[in-house]
Amino acid sequence: MYNTEILVIGGGPAGLKASLSAAEQGAAVTLIEREPHLGGQLVKQTHMFFGSREQYASERGFKIAEKLNKQVEAHPNINVMNNATALGYYDDGVVSLEVDKSFATINYKAMILATGAQENTLMFPNCDLPGIYGAGAVQTLMNVYGVVPGKRVAMIGAGNIGVIVSYQLLQTGVEVPAIIEALPEVGAYHVHASKVRRMGVPIYTTHTVLAAHGSAQVEKITFAEIDRNRQPVAGTTKELEVDVLCIAVGLTPLTEILFQAGCQMNFIAELGGHVPQRSDTFETTIPGIYIAGDVSGIEEASAAMVEGSIAGLAAAEKLGHGKEQYQAKLASARQELASLRNGPAGLVIRQGLEQLAETREVNS
Amino acid sequence: MRIEKHPLLTFSKGEQVTFQFDGQPVQGYEGEPIAAALHAAGFRVLSHSRVHKRPRGFWCAIGNCSSCNMRVNGVPNVRTCVEPLKAGMAVETQKDKGDLNV
Amino acid sequence: MISRTGVPTAQQIASVKPSKERLAEGPVAIVECFQEIPCDPCYTSCKSGCILPFEDINDLPQMDFDNCTGCGVCISSCPGLAIFVVDETYSEDEALVKIPWEFAPLPEESAVVTGLNREGEEVCPVTVKKVRTSPKKNDAYILTLVVPKELAFEVRSIRI
Repeated sequence: MYNTEILVIGGGPAGLKASLSAAEQGAAVTLIEREPHLGGQLVKQTHMFFGSREQYASERGFKIAEKLNKQVEAHPNINVMNNATALGYYDDGVVSLEVDKSFATINYKAMILATGAQENTLMFPNCDLPGIYGAGAVQTLMNVYGVVPGKRVAMIGAGNIGVIVSYQLLQTGVEVPAIIEALPEVGAYHVHASKVRRMGVPIYTTHTVLAAHGSAQVEKITFAEIDRNRQPVAGTTKELEVDVLCIAVGLTPLTEILFQAGCQMNFIAELGGHVPQRSDTFETTIPGIYIAGDVSGIEEASAAMVEGSIAGLAAAEKLGHGKEQYQAKLASARQELASLRNGPAGLVIRQGLEQLAETREVNS
Repeated sequence: MRIEKHPLLTFSKGEQVTFQFDGQPVQGYEGEPIAAALHAAGFRVLSHSRVHKRPRGFWCAIGNCSSCNMRVNGVPNVRTCVEPLKAGMAVETQKDKGDLNV
Repeated sequence: MISRTGVPTAQQIASVKPSKERLAEGPVAIVECFQEIPCDPCYTSCKSGCILPFEDINDLPQMDFDNCTGCGVCISSCPGLAIFVVDETYSEDEALVKIPWEFAPLPEESAVVTGLNREGEEVCPVTVKKVRTSPKKNDAYILTLVVPKELAFEVRSIRI
């Protein structure tokens, strides 16, 4: 049985910042991460981050990960456990773990769940063929393990992930003959789209994939323009020879532990699916369980980092650490988060959060 | 196929090792996921679906979806997309759900 | 529309283009950023203060072309790779265009490559005059291209 004050589950940007924030207030933190390395999705990001200086603007994602990982690993109040997967939640303040393939338990006073999200799938004929991969999967293969995914890769989805991974494919010398997007507009930041357009990658908005074709793996796809009822428009079917098809159609928060713990969860499409109700310090409806990052709602790494900082501050304060500076630090972090969200790019998130607040059940 | 030169990233690899894939020798790097080593060596079919025997490869590549389950050193249902490769591993495609009678 | 195509419109480009007079004076930064997103490192990186301070992180960058020396620090600060430097004083019929480059292989200096426009279409041969590592030392490069002057606001990428 391990013991800790604050258990942080997930070593991506939210979990790293939550650990640092709590540890800096004097709390004893244990950070568990199922991969052998820390950094979450940050380690795969070759592009420079947006935001402001506080969110490491202009620094490449994988370099931000290196920085944060070093800080966390060096901090005397943080115990890092890699190759550690949370298995289950028990309501007596215990989480069961698999650590290096052995069963263990950990006893904690407060928990910050920063488990991130998983990729959505898309259904179409032969969508199960080898060579049809999530965009994140392709990113992992290329940027973590240095394996070329294929020679000609089509991308479904023109959100930030689809467009960024398309650019990363170009960086490994792979051809990207099309980005296919069902909506009439590109969801990615326009500058990300511009980067790939000027390298000759076409973006087909209002188009959808009809089918994949191939025997042992994907060899070809057919796609077409769609009408308002999402039906293919006659005469617009195009064929493309590819050896990989990447699917980037959104993420869904990884919330199993929250459901298991009985946190109030609501389905908010704008936030990516079922998300936990939370206070303005990211505490769920179960006292002592906090959340941060994509698990609280699909957004950006910059928001994940600030949410992590807030959750870490709040969890530490609840346990009696850092009371003096708490209000000031909290106000500053909240201001950072608000400014990331208050422009037009943050509209959908703001709408989602409003809806979430409205659906909160009032406990008698 | 491996990335020779990336404009921004360097890849630290373990030692080159040989392992067995359904009886044939394949090269990979110690510590990388088995599925990555197989993919680099040109093997994308990791299993077949149970009823219709459709070829399957990996999907998520981070251990969430179980599309990449294979038998490794006799142990079934190993998530090869996160399982680190070791020299001499015997990696086999499974029949059906994987036989627990090792 | 840029939200459909990912490509800035002629109108948008015109809105960030300095006057003829200013272009005739020397190199200048062209900031092709048209979407309000939370992002401000361009202005914090500019040493001459010619990208004006942002009031709100979502503001679009505003330029003071007078002080701009075309040094190019902003080129490698922009996470969107949306900043270029144009120097129309290079010669009678040619201009220099500096672009960010994050691909391998790197072109060789003096190589003739193909200039691409914002739609990725091949428009003309261009000479790579200089290949420099970015001042930010973040592993990217800045290429200085010699382009026909009339295409200085067209060429934004290359194919080797």
